[in-house]
Amino acid sequence: MGLESFLAVGAIIFCIGLYGALTKRNAITVLMCIELMFTAVNITAVTLSRYVVPAGLAENPASVSDDVLQTLLTGQVFTIFIITVAAAEVALGLAIVMAVFKNRESVFVTDATEMKH
Amino acid sequence: MTGHDLYLLSPELSMAGLATILVVLDLFLGRKDLLAWVAVLGLLLPLGFAISLWVGLDRDGTGQMAGLFDTLSVDKFSLFFKFLFIGTTAAVVLTSTDYVKRLGRLQGEYYALILFSATGMMLLASTTELITIYIALELTALPVAALAAFMRDSRSSESGMKFLILSAISSAVLLYGMVWVYGYTGTTNLEEIARRIGDVGLRGDQPFGGYALLLGVVLMIAGFGFKIASVPFQMWAPDVYEGAPTPVTAFLSVASKAAGFAILLRIFYVAFPWEAMSLEWSAIFAILAVASMTLGNLVAIPQRNIKRMLAYSTIAHAGYLLVGLAAATSRASEGNLLGGPTGILFYLGGYAVTNMAAFGAVIAISNKTGSDRIEDFAGMARRAPLLAAVLTLALVSLTGVPPTVGFMVKLNIFGAAVDSGLTWLAIAGALNSVISAYYYVRVVKVMYLSPPAAEERVPSPLPMTVAVTVAMAGVAFFGVYPAPLLDFARTAAATLRIALIF
Repeated sequence: MGLESFLAVGAIIFCIGLYGALTKRNAITVLMCIELMFTAVNITAVTLSRYVVPAGLAENPASVSDDVLQTLLTGQVFTIFIITVAAAEVALGLAIVMAVFKNRESVFVTDATEMKH
Repeated sequence: MTGHDLYLLSPELSMAGLATILVVLDLFLGRKDLLAWVAVLGLLLPLGFAISLWVGLDRDGTGQMAGLFDTLSVDKFSLFFKFLFIGTTAAVVLTSTDYVKRLGRLQGEYYALILFSATGMMLLASTTELITIYIALELTALPVAALAAFMRDSRSSESGMKFLILSAISSAVLLYGMVWVYGYTGTTNLEEIARRIGDVGLRGDQPFGGYALLLGVVLMIAGFGFKIASVPFQMWAPDVYEGAPTPVTAFLSVASKAAGFAILLRIFYVAFPWEAMSLEWSAIFAILAVASMTLGNLVAIPQRNIKRMLAYSTIAHAGYLLVGLAAATSRASEGNLLGGPTGILFYLGGYAVTNMAAFGAVIAISNKTGSDRIEDFAGMARRAPLLAAVLTLALVSLTGVPPTVGFMVKLNIFGAAVDSGLTWLAIAGALNSVISAYYYVRVVKVMYLSPPAAEERVPSPLPMTVAVTVAMAGVAFFGVYPAPLLDFARTAAATLRIALIF
């Protein structure tokens, strides 16, 4: 299990999420697919912060300065922020889907065609 | 965090505070129409802080004040955008009053959401770090999604849903790109990214000097492409613009777009300034520019709904603005290195007054007629002489005919393109302006030559009159005498020169 495997998992999940977000009819499923995309980004961020960044660390493990530690954790801090914002995004998304459902008795994005013409 | 950091953040903090005050005030205040005035007068506070920061920069002479662990940079570039956002927000609030009155309750929340989104935009213009950029971007987008769905009827909620879903997808794409750039360089600070790319060295045999950077940069362009509504990521714009409340549409098309360009300029000029890279990303932007303006203008022609027409016109203007990003000159040639950024800033200033004038008139007229269709603008020259004149001037300026500001900004940005050897792009832009005259002039023709459906005059309330008159004065004044705005843009863009020293 190396860097490549984790990055590949991230890329595959991202592509599944993107495919689903662009093709699914149900708005709830689309929101779930968007969550998959964010998860893929999180996996990639954590992987990169674990494997790629500590180049200086590998040379001399004893010399972990605060500077290195900060860059080490950047990817994981990024992940925490992404999780938080994604939660807010979905909360708002579900509220808007509720509003659409009240108006139209449907959560299918393919039915949302009122403004095509 | 020190007191100095708080001072650097003061425009954003006071803006967010004002938004909170409005929500609370909405609970107690009986006369809801005062809320708009509170919001507009309250905007003087962030404006004052921004002016004080500008004066401080002048006294300081360093040109840049960094704070909050180097995630925030207050410089003239970011202050230019802060002034722009404060002005646009004031105009949007003033043009909203009539629209919001129909809501009954929730008026405070409406203004608060606009101010929260503006806070995000102001933050976005000063951030110099990828994580903060992402947070600011979401703070900009989420309130706008709520605002788009604010009317809660079928069209408005559909518009909100489309905006939220596409904005979330584009955020995910953008984040994936950011993460790759972070993985390649090991940092999220923009200046540090540029330095480390220089340390590693760009590989001549790979595009962008490395496949990871290629992936990162292309995904980031795709993500921001959604935000600025450039082809091929424009499909959300017409539906969202049509369904959203019209003042929100104005806010989206002016402020949101300016914020997108602010951060695009910052990222590409600060993080990827190396010549080998800038020649490659400028080629991408050149293609996006020509595709955006051509598609935007051609599809705008058959539109019957004025908001939809203005949406396609916005896409076309994103194309003209991208010309400025494409005009990244080669360092070897002794051209004006900052011609492109100056052109974009100048264009955004001119575009803001023009579009606010156009949308203000459209809001006032469709509030009365209850329709956004172009044929319902018939005879408006007689029913609302002032609004018809404002809309005419704005449309002429959007076409780019002298003596309006639209002509000056286009001349400037196409000039920058010619300076950097992109004459074909300038010609494409000029041809596109000719195409756009067709659909803009059609609206003017309907207003002045068609007989009105009713004789009743269209009222324009005081805040609306103030907003459109100021915007119209801006269009005319800067069209005749553009020097103040151009100098302002040039001073602001000069900040990016620091990044080009590498």
